[in-house]
Amino acid sequence: MNGVFAALADPTRRSILTELRRGDATVAELAAPFSMSQPAVSKHLKVLEQAGLISRTRQATARLSHLEARPLREAVGWLMDYRAYWTASFDRLDALLDDLQDKS
Amino acid sequence: MKIIAEPGVPQVIVIREFNAPRALLFRAYTEPELMARWLGPAELDLVVNQLDPRHGGRWRWTQYDADGKGYVFHGLFHGTPTPERIVQTYEFDQAPGTVYLNLITFDEVDGVTTLRQTTVFFAVEDRDLYVAGGMDRGIVESMQNLDDLVTELAEEAQ
Repeated sequence: MNGVFAALADPTRRSILTELRRGDATVAELAAPFSMSQPAVSKHLKVLEQAGLISRTRQATARLSHLEARPLREAVGWLMDYRAYWTASFDRLDALLDDLQDKS
Repeated sequence: MKIIAEPGVPQVIVIREFNAPRALLFRAYTEPELMARWLGPAELDLVVNQLDPRHGGRWRWTQYDADGKGYVFHGLFHGTPTPERIVQTYEFDQAPGTVYLNLITFDEVDGVTTLRQTTVFFAVEDRDLYVAGGMDRGIVESMQNLDDLVTELAEEAQ
């Protein structure tokens, strides 16, 4: 799990994961939005792969990266639940406070 | 809403602004009929069994899921709750002895109140079970929230 958090600690790597949500991508496709060299992106991909957050396959001459959702969920599922709970509660609290202010 | 959580640290901080004076927020936190109207997601029915906002006063509420199964939480207020701050302990009735501590502060500037909720657990595992452990809701959000999630992880990981 520590590897997962270390991998997530870097903003570029988080952006790469977000990018991979749209579908598998090559190193060149991932490098484009970051104005980074392909070797630099490859380094990040290696960290993500070691953390189990992505897998890589070869297709013809390109290497495709694929997002592995399960380890990400295991690492941060609690946070998703936590946020969902408090977002829902505080949105309802907004409505209640509006009500109370209308009455006063 | 901002959530601050660090890997390996059994603490979570939630910060949220409200367009209301803190006196009203305090009422929403200390009047049973008001609390029942907002705490928890809408699909869970909250019944406030007891809410005694004074030093050493008890609170107890039950959250019912769609199947009518109830989950009881209870604890004590420590120090007299005020519109500036509330300190309380929490315990899920099904996990006696696993207690956590909650500090809620309300900071009002020009009619806008910033709520800051700091929750401290015995262990990271308790933190991770805090929501899911009490209610068998599973993970309600899908991967479509990854964008938001990674934004929060910026704080999580720093």
